Amino acid sequence: MELKGKKVIALGERDGVPGTAIAELVKTAGADVVLTLTQCYV
Amino acid sequence: MDLDDQSLIMRAAEEHGKEQLVVVLGQPDPDSAELAAETVHNGDPTYAGPLAGVSLGLPVYHILEDEIQAQVDPAKYEAEIGPMTLTLDKEKIREGLDRVRAAGA
Repeated sequence: MELKGKKVIALGERDGVPGTAIAELVKTAGADVVLTLTQCYV
Repeated sequence: MDLDDQSLIMRAAEEHGKEQLVVVLGQPDPDSAELAAETVHNGDPTYAGPLAGVSLGLPVYHILEDEIQAQVDPAKYEAEIGPMTLTLDKEKIREGLDRVRAAGA
């Protein structure tokens, strides 16, 4: 699966990898981030 | 998964079309990663949210998987994820996602 040109939903978690970090990374692969979420379970 | 998040994912799938969408996860453990993957791929298994009974069939990967890591900037990956790779169980997470992908294939 090639990320380049794909639209990505970055579904992170606060205790793992946040959505913002996922978004920044997949952008470097040429993906277009359409939704960034960071789940939080407390 | 949070019910509002399920609504947002459903709306994104409607707006952008399922064909071009990919979900990339960042959950810290195999169970939560598998549950999130199940929700966006086959529908909410808890039948509590808007994705209950809705099989979006979205391709789903974890940021730790080799297939994703190989495509992103290595220096940025190390800066953002580097320390996590020491504590997260990448293989177990991948196994969980493989189960979801196989079930939905």
